[in-house]
Amino acid sequence: MTRAPERSRPAPPTPSPAQAVGRPLDRVDGPAKTAGLARYTADHHVPDLAHAALVHATVARGRITGLDTADAEAVGGVLAVLTHHNAPRMTPPAPVSALDLSTLAPGTTVDYLNTDRVHWNGQPVAVVVADSPDTARQAARLVRVTYEVEPAVTDFAAAQDDAVPLRGTLLVLGEERTGDAERALATAPVVVDHRYTTPAQSHHAMEPHATVAVWNGDRLTVHEGSQDVDWARRHLARRFGVPLAGVRVLSPHVGGGFGGKAPVWAGTVLTVLAARATGRAVRMVLSREDVIRTVGGRTPTVQRVALGAQRDGTLTALLHTGVSQVGRVGGTPEPVGSQSRHLYAAPHIWIRHSTTTLDVLPTAHMRAPGEAVGTFALESAVDELAVALGMDPVELRMRNEPDRDPLDGKRFSRRDLRAAYARGAERFGWAERTPSPRSMRDGHWLVGRGVATAFHLPVRLPADVTVRLRADGTVLVRCAFHEIGVGAATAQTQVAADALGVPVEAVTVEHGDTELPVGPQAGGSGQTASVATALLEACEELKRSVLALARRSPSSPLRGRRLSELRAGRGGLYRADAPDRGETYGVILTRAGRAEIEVRTAAGTRLGRTLQQARAAAGWFRDRRRWVRAVTGAHFCEVRVDEHTGEVRVSRWLGVFDVGRVVNPKTATSQLRGGIVMGIGAALSEETLVDPRTGRTVNPGLAEYHVPVQADLPRIEVDYLDEPDPTTPLGLLGVGEVGITGVAAAVANAVHHATGVRVRDLPVTLDRLL
Amino acid sequence: MRPFTYLSAPDVTTALRAIATEPGARLLAGGTNLVDLMRQDVERPTTVVDISTLPLDEVQELPAGGLRIGALVRNSRLAAHPAVRSRYPVLSQAVLSGASGQLRNMATVGGNLLQRTRCPYFADGTAACNKRDPGSGCAAIGGFHRGSAVLGTSEHCIATHPSDMAVALVALDAVVEVQSLRGTRRIPLAELHVLPGDTPDVETALDPDELVTAVELPALPVAASSRYRKVRDRASFAFALVSVAAAMEVADGTVTAARLALGGVAARPWRAHLAERALVGAPATEEDFRRAATAELATAVGRPQNAFKIELARRTVVATLHQLTTEGGAA
Ligand SMILES: Cc1cc2nc3c(=O)[nH]c(=O)nc-3n(C[C@H](O)[C@H](O)[C@H](O)COP(=O)(O)OP(=O)(O)OC[C@H]3O[C@@H](n4cnc5c(N)ncnc54)[C@H](O)[C@@H]3O)c2cc1C
Ligand code: SF4
Repeated sequence: MTRAPERSRPAPPTPSPAQAVGRPLDRVDGPAKTAGLARYTADHHVPDLAHAALVHATVARGRITGLDTADAEAVGGVLAVLTHHNAPRMTPPAPVSALDLSTLAPGTTVDYLNTDRVHWNGQPVAVVVADSPDTARQAARLVRVTYEVEPAVTDFAAAQDDAVPLRGTLLVLGEERTGDAERALATAPVVVDHRYTTPAQSHHAMEPHATVAVWNGDRLTVHEGSQDVDWARRHLARRFGVPLAGVRVLSPHVGGGFGGKAPVWAGTVLTVLAARATGRAVRMVLSREDVIRTVGGRTPTVQRVALGAQRDGTLTALLHTGVSQVGRVGGTPEPVGSQSRHLYAAPHIWIRHSTTTLDVLPTAHMRAPGEAVGTFALESAVDELAVALGMDPVELRMRNEPDRDPLDGKRFSRRDLRAAYARGAERFGWAERTPSPRSMRDGHWLVGRGVATAFHLPVRLPADVTVRLRADGTVLVRCAFHEIGVGAATAQTQVAADALGVPVEAVTVEHGDTELPVGPQAGGSGQTASVATALLEACEELKRSVLALARRSPSSPLRGRRLSELRAGRGGLYRADAPDRGETYGVILTRAGRAEIEVRTAAGTRLGRTLQQARAAAGWFRDRRRWVRAVTGAHFCEVRVDEHTGEVRVSRWLGVFDVGRVVNPKTATSQLRGGIVMGIGAALSEETLVDPRTGRTVNPGLAEYHVPVQADLPRIEVDYLDEPDPTTPLGLLGVGEVGITGVAAAVANAVHHATGVRVRDLPVTLDRLL
Repeated sequence: MRPFTYLSAPDVTTALRAIATEPGARLLAGGTNLVDLMRQDVERPTTVVDISTLPLDEVQELPAGGLRIGALVRNSRLAAHPAVRSRYPVLSQAVLSGASGQLRNMATVGGNLLQRTRCPYFADGTAACNKRDPGSGCAAIGGFHRGSAVLGTSEHCIATHPSDMAVALVALDAVVEVQSLRGTRRIPLAELHVLPGDTPDVETALDPDELVTAVELPALPVAASSRYRKVRDRASFAFALVSVAAAMEVADGTVTAARLALGGVAARPWRAHLAERALVGAPATEEDFRRAATAELATAVGRPQNAFKIELARRTVVATLHQLTTEGGAA
């Protein structure tokens, strides 16, 4: 998997067998999942469970004038039909504040079922509670709603002209520039200047959103497929006006998230509301259609990328502007220019983001918001420039590889795209590619090869952990992070095992429960590194405490030693200079009469947590001022295009990534490969079709929303430089999102190479190639 | 889904009686289409007549050399049947190109023929759709219609019939046997589905009290050299944008027999008689294939999103016929 780097960097330390980090260990949750024992939200059964189903608005904007629930209520087994007439009042969502990120929790500002206003076609306007899911669904069909319809803006293409430039804030990327890009463009000897579009996309995680809500007085227990149980808990406590301490959210296993399960959407709030109103435990499992109509997806975008260059390929100007869409009642803009700030050494750069507001379901984050679609435009444009210059696209990129951040001269914490491209080109056989379009074929297949750069900026979030070491040598790590299928618990098992010098089998990790210390969101590719940072700190502290116990004993071989002189290993602490002098944790604890010893990072108190958050935030901002901490990669792909029909098949894929240290090559490869699969879907087939006349999604299911099937995918090879980032503990960065970035461009570039047709609008369907 | 009465028909007569007496009765075979539409509230049967255990699930040799395929033969079995694979490879390929393995294990011949359109507005009760709700309009015209028909459409409906199997069957001169309490009759498959005209809600030549009992294939030597080519948006598990069922015999460079049908382009599996006429007797060259395809598509009407289908159909016909001449049929 890992190979020696081409450049003269220190070789990555080959993990010794005793070391867990870096080894492709099987997932710790694998046996439970393959045996069907892992319980997801919808698997939770509680006594006396009732079931809920949503009724969706069928107009884009207006007011509810009539609600006829008689037929629905008459269905045997229906317990309640909740509407804005009879639903309990809730506290409206808090305004968004950069000081409290949990204010981002609600995907929308809509006061579901506490208002007669309709803001998008599909907004929930009623909830039916019944004693079976089928009855609830059947009755939901019978609720009749009439509306006073108001004019609505539902056509993204038409609304682009009304886009407003965004002002940058701590949370939103606005405009950034260096030099005078327009002027540099006007005088550049070679210019490419094009418009690229990407379609809306919907969240289609394997596990649909689901909630089980149980009230006990003012105490609330919620089982929820969530990427942020802390957000969910805070949001629900606020909306239902109950003490935070009484709200527990459990999410031990999540069947995929991709950003769609970070916010708290209508389904969650309304399940809790239904339980409140009926006095029953309530479960609601959204249908695919419910998910598509109530969970925000990726905005469509229209982007302009203009590149100016000298004839030798040196970039002089880079412009990247983009319009994305938000809903009138919420939504997140897509910072499509994110990677364009950092990827190329152009002296003149201008990035601008604008949004246009529609009466549609608010947009939300989806894997690599910004870069996933921004790299399509940028990396297509770079390919177009290579064609215009008659230059190899890899060479063009290497010619413009910056030493420092092109916008403001900051250093990259690490960056070795050159090595990634060099290794990729060699492994893929890039040199065999004949440059001119339509020059390679295999029977009636036109063969094309393309490259594109992957880029992502992983975030870092605060995390609290506790680590408990028992006299029997076992270790318990507790942190409310999220296992959304990525192998998060496995990674922390490995980190803890190495930090304490115990076998991985000795470590148990508990996660996904707000009773545990607060963990980070599973988002921004930051969860593993964020938890690991806290976990390493806690393990250090734990070892210090153990050493303190040992030093109290005159007979301990560790007496008089400092921690820095010791190594953790073989289940205990041993002297670095005399590896046979030391003792196991068990011996130390037993001698001290302790069954176990536990430490936690930060304080369990509110003040402690606030201080810790402030410290983490300050550290993050300091780092941001100092470094650009990014992960990058080089995608190489081959496509085959049927010369008669224009059908595109991806036939080979290699991604070489520079993602810092890789904790577990097996699970990390899955993440990157999954990102590439999702990118191939975006490249070739995925598109949410929103009828511009009604604002209604017309393909709310997997039969019509085409994600790649197995037959669409080649063998996907993933390789790493596997060099630690020098600025982070353990050298970790983040792997969750970078895989998807650049993929659509690599495909479109390969399609151009195969056919000579440049497709600037995703998805690259065959009709665009005829 | 709305409540309904469930009747498991022990024999054909019971099934026929149920559909003859109850206007709201619907036959359930594999259920892969009917149940989906019931969930979407498009189909609202008062009684579901389960015919899946009726003894109509055999493939039999006919005395004159053809095959008789029971209406309840599962798609998977049909595709795997040795006689189908060797004598009518186009049919086996067409069936295998449809849906997924799991669905084909459930889906039946009768249900496949009578499956409803995949026009997205047909499945969405909030949209105008003359097929679902006569007189309400057609949301696809002026809306999303990339998958819609280009042949035989009307201003009332531009939906396609989605079956792959039916495209092969219509090329093979299949005949459908239907039964009712009034007796048995035989309908050429080419006449089973009707064009929308101003009554797109009327989709077939069947009367409401009729049950499809079998499909018969005549002996057809040309079918041994036949192919099905399906063009779609992903490699598998997607409906056809355009498909071509073709069988052809060539002697001394001249086409001596041809069967051609198109899928994904009309409200019925489209038998390409005009193209066949142009082909037979003409040289087996790509140019002649193109001329034949063009003759068939002369009356095609494209709209902004689906006009590409006309050129795509032309190219797919040419490529498929060319492949037949160079590589022969594929088993
Ligand atoms: C996700 C998905 C993808 C698919 N992809 C494809 C594809 O690519 N190509 C393709 O061709 N198909 C495809 N299909 C459709 C599939 O082939 C049909 O659903 C299936 O063939 C229907 O057969 P059935 O026996 O399940 O029919 P049922 O659902 O049982 O019945 C369908 C209709 O036929 C009627 N009917 C059934 N049997 C008889 C009979 N003997 N006499 C009279 N009426 C009868 C029923 O009353 C009902 O109206 C797909 C389906 C799904 C869900
Ligand atoms: S094309 Fe036919 S099925 Fe589709 S909306 Fe129009 S009338 Fe309905």
